Amino acid sequence: MAAATITVPQTEMPLSASYRGKVGMWCLIVAESAIFSIFVVAYLYYAGKSISGPTPAQVLDIPWFNSICLFSSSLTIVLAEKALHHGNIKRFGLFWFLTIALGVIFLIGTGREWYGLIYHDGLTVSSSLFGTTFYSLVGLHAFHVTVGLIGLTIILIFTLLGALRQEHAARVSVFAMYWHFVDVIWVVVLSVVYFIAR
Amino acid sequence: MADAQPILPPMIISPEREGTRPMVQVLHDWIVTVDHKKLGLMYFGYGIIFLVIGGIEAAIMRAQLAVANNHLVSPETFNRLFTMHGTTMIFFAAMPLVFGFANYLVPLMVGARDMAFPRLNAWSFWMSVFGGLILYFSWVGGFGLYGAGSAPDVGWFAYAPLTASSFSVGHSTDYWIIGILVSGFGSIGTALNVLTTTFCLRCPGMTLRRMPLLVWMNAVTMFLVLVALSPLTAAQVMLLIDRYLGGHFFDTQAGGSAVIWMHFFWIFGHPEVYILVLPAFAIVSEVIPVFSRKPIFGYNIMVAATVAIGFISLSVWAHHMFTIGMTSYANAFFVASTSAISVPTGIKIFNWIGTMWGGKIRYSVAMLFCVAFLCQFLIAGLTGIMLAAAPFDWQLGNSYFVVAHFHYVILGGIVMAIFAGVYYWYPKVTGKMLSETLGKWHFWLFVIGFHLTFDFMHIPGLLGMPRRIYTYDASRGWEIWNLIVSIGVIFQILGIVFLVLDLIWSYFKGAPAGNDPWDAWTLEWNTTSPPPDYNFAEIPVVLSRRPLWDLKHPEDPDWKYE
Amino acid sequence: MLAAFLLTSSGLLLAQPAGPSPIPSIFDPHSTPAHDIYHLSLFVLSICATIFLVVFSLIVYAAFKYRHRPSDDDCEPPQIYGSNQVELAWTVIPILIVVVLFLASARVIHAVEDAQFPPDAIQVTATGHQFWWEFEYPKYGFVTANELHVPVSANGQSLPIHIMLLSADTDHSFWVPQLAGKTDLIPNRRNETWIEPHEVGIYVGQCAQYCGTQHAKMLLSVVVQSPEDFQRWVQEQKAPAVMSPQVAEGRRVFETNACMNCHTITGTIANGRFGPDLTHLMSRKTIASGAAPNDEQNLRLWVKEPDAIKPGSLMPAMQLNDHDQDALVAYLMSLQ
Repeated sequence: MAAATITVPQTEMPLSASYRGKVGMWCLIVAESAIFSIFVVAYLYYAGKSISGPTPAQVLDIPWFNSICLFSSSLTIVLAEKALHHGNIKRFGLFWFLTIALGVIFLIGTGREWYGLIYHDGLTVSSSLFGTTFYSLVGLHAFHVTVGLIGLTIILIFTLLGALRQEHAARVSVFAMYWHFVDVIWVVVLSVVYFIAR
Repeated sequence: MADAQPILPPMIISPEREGTRPMVQVLHDWIVTVDHKKLGLMYFGYGIIFLVIGGIEAAIMRAQLAVANNHLVSPETFNRLFTMHGTTMIFFAAMPLVFGFANYLVPLMVGARDMAFPRLNAWSFWMSVFGGLILYFSWVGGFGLYGAGSAPDVGWFAYAPLTASSFSVGHSTDYWIIGILVSGFGSIGTALNVLTTTFCLRCPGMTLRRMPLLVWMNAVTMFLVLVALSPLTAAQVMLLIDRYLGGHFFDTQAGGSAVIWMHFFWIFGHPEVYILVLPAFAIVSEVIPVFSRKPIFGYNIMVAATVAIGFISLSVWAHHMFTIGMTSYANAFFVASTSAISVPTGIKIFNWIGTMWGGKIRYSVAMLFCVAFLCQFLIAGLTGIMLAAAPFDWQLGNSYFVVAHFHYVILGGIVMAIFAGVYYWYPKVTGKMLSETLGKWHFWLFVIGFHLTFDFMHIPGLLGMPRRIYTYDASRGWEIWNLIVSIGVIFQILGIVFLVLDLIWSYFKGAPAGNDPWDAWTLEWNTTSPPPDYNFAEIPVVLSRRPLWDLKHPEDPDWKYE
Repeated sequence: MLAAFLLTSSGLLLAQPAGPSPIPSIFDPHSTPAHDIYHLSLFVLSICATIFLVVFSLIVYAAFKYRHRPSDDDCEPPQIYGSNQVELAWTVIPILIVVVLFLASARVIHAVEDAQFPPDAIQVTATGHQFWWEFEYPKYGFVTANELHVPVSANGQSLPIHIMLLSADTDHSFWVPQLAGKTDLIPNRRNETWIEPHEVGIYVGQCAQYCGTQHAKMLLSVVVQSPEDFQRWVQEQKAPAVMSPQVAEGRRVFETNACMNCHTITGTIANGRFGPDLTHLMSRKTIASGAAPNDEQNLRLWVKEPDAIKPGSLMPAMQLNDHDQDALVAYLMSLQ
């Protein structure tokens, strides 16, 4: 009927439904940021208020290598996205794998750090306020890295099975947004834990 | 373009399913559904069930308090009752009800076929359900099946250190934490979904400035869910760390702070009030114009006021904490921000009155509830202003005056608006009209009961009666007021009985509704009642805020004036 | 819908000018901070009542005047989309009201919270316990419970009492409506409040922050006395406990049972701080934080079966035989 004759000006068109992944991910990032900000506030509020136990300055070393690995994983994931966009699945798989490797190195580094803190410095969740807030905040981030790695690995498996194609580029880049978010949060956690409240 | 007819008259779609199918199969359909309308209805049913459960808990408490020195329930049971009543009503009655409306109406009103993420929508709903089940499992599961079970007894805001493992032995508090945590994930999923639907699935021509106010207000609500519910999730994870891993976040023995829990809780808790009340505003903003036969007065200002409320509501939380000994500067700041929020809220009330002004108001039950809403929300706002004056709050805070105030907001405002929404959209959902006679019984009984209960509940607060006490001495002079308050409950229960009767009776015997029984203007009335699974046979195109007005009045369409 | 009327009228009518009352109405203040709040509350109430009358009349007027009448034709009313002038008016006027309310509140906040005290002001440290109140007078060096004694400020003499608020366990709130607004007692935090009562008498209040099972019976009273009576009471409290040979048996029971772990009686080996100080138990009118009158019958019941008076209180049933029980109650009754 008449509907076909209607032309709505471009300025009156809403965002296309194909943006919904991005918008949804942005919403998730807003919610996650709120969660992290509460943990950051708790960390800063309790900084220096521990009754006992080691202080951050005594036991914390700045995890330079770890941080560089995590930050460069943001770069490799961008390169992977580009490759997929151009349809180069092999190149995508390579950079995607690199991203996972860098994430795993980060987690191993965190594990080594925690091992030292627990067994050499006696810092545990229950030992002092510093321990509680430190393991919670860094652990919350590590948890997000782990979730990200699981997602990355699933996509890698699809790639290896040959199920991933160029047309999935948009969806993959929605997931990459999450990984970038995890990286950005590390900037916050790193500066709060290892610099500001040291 | 101006001559074109953007909205098609509704298509007649013949029912595609055969009439009778086995019960199991119907049930299976509902459980596995990802349809936003079915999920919306399930949210609604789930909310009503918990509304009744929470109401029973309230009725028992009122029976206990009706006379002084009563021994109907033990102090332990009473403390569990008010904890469960508060938690249930906020998280498992009010939130599902408003989410139900959002789920059902937002896609229809923006002219979409479903939510942006239908499967996420189903996941969110079932998470909310599991949250409620976990919370209620505590009645039998806390310590096993001894006596009254062990439901949580820490109050719905669960102040530390009462929740610490040393004061709350056993698992009752854990059920409280995990129940809300799980349903919170569901709420965040729903928020994300509704926002994405609003941004990405609007039909062609529906710019942000042409969105129905209901969609606008729900969008702001969902934004608040994202930024305000997440802090509660974070705080509850901290509480779990304290209780299970020996952490010290809220452990006052180890240098932790009881006050920081209050901050974290109320950073969620106050926006939560707006998470519940904005969808109520949304319903009222749709119903009043249709029954006054006029467009909403000051659409742009209404949108601006909604957004302003959303932002200001994030900065008022510590008015729940005027008595914790904050500095005079902090108290003054929260007096200022809390009073400031009354300005956009007042603007809304004036705009609703402006919408009625000069109209031809048709008093169906839905409109009656809207007028009751206006009067009660006005009083709730004014007692809110009294409580916002910090020194006055030092007297009124944590007294029965506060209890009366927030019940005025929640029951007198939010629930009355939800009732208006039920009477307004029931014909769309079922294809049958609700009985106006039963509806008027419901209205008058409930409104009389409400005013008996909550008008008089202010008075014992002014006479020094604190909340959350299971009994009181006759010498305090509170008895007569408490008795009146408890008598009002009977009327409210009767009102609810009439509502349920009306819902059931009309489903089978109600008059057929047709597509557009109220002569309304938004897109949901342009499809069949009930709408088909795909909502619209053809995606509509709109040119104004009232597309159906344009359709019905081609000589004087709205888009000429917007 | 008449709530605002009810609030103002009932509040004012119920205010009894007679002095301390068993009904702790906030509209019957007898102390400086409560008075300041009372005046602010009248101001806020009158503004709110005015707003209510105006807006409520508008709603009622619109609802009746513009109702659809059977005689009306079926055409739609004029479609009005809004008016910027009107919107501006109902934005600016509320803003002005909000500013006035803010300034009025800020003035009282400053007057109450930032009050200065003379160095010789009476100091009391109030500690909230589940479910009773401990009052320590650091300058006089004694501790009592549940009934706070303070001197009156009358005849041009100002004797403000500065109260430090602490908590031993969970959150509590100190609220005696006729004397001052409430202030919470929070563990690991020092709060303070003050009172300056103008009239002699007993003022009642109770814990106003949910603190556990027996929150309801964490009652509190403030005994306001003339300065002379107050000094006499202080001297009595400072004296050590009575050591009467007639009740030596009861004292032995007290000292050889769990009583001494939680309660203090100066001059004996009992120095527990978990329960109220019993040195001058019989100088108090009530037991169990106001849950029952302090007489022999109730004391006996309290020792034998605390749950009969206050279910959920942390006082254990002492499981004494009749002989010990009689001796113990006799001893307690001697603690004047």
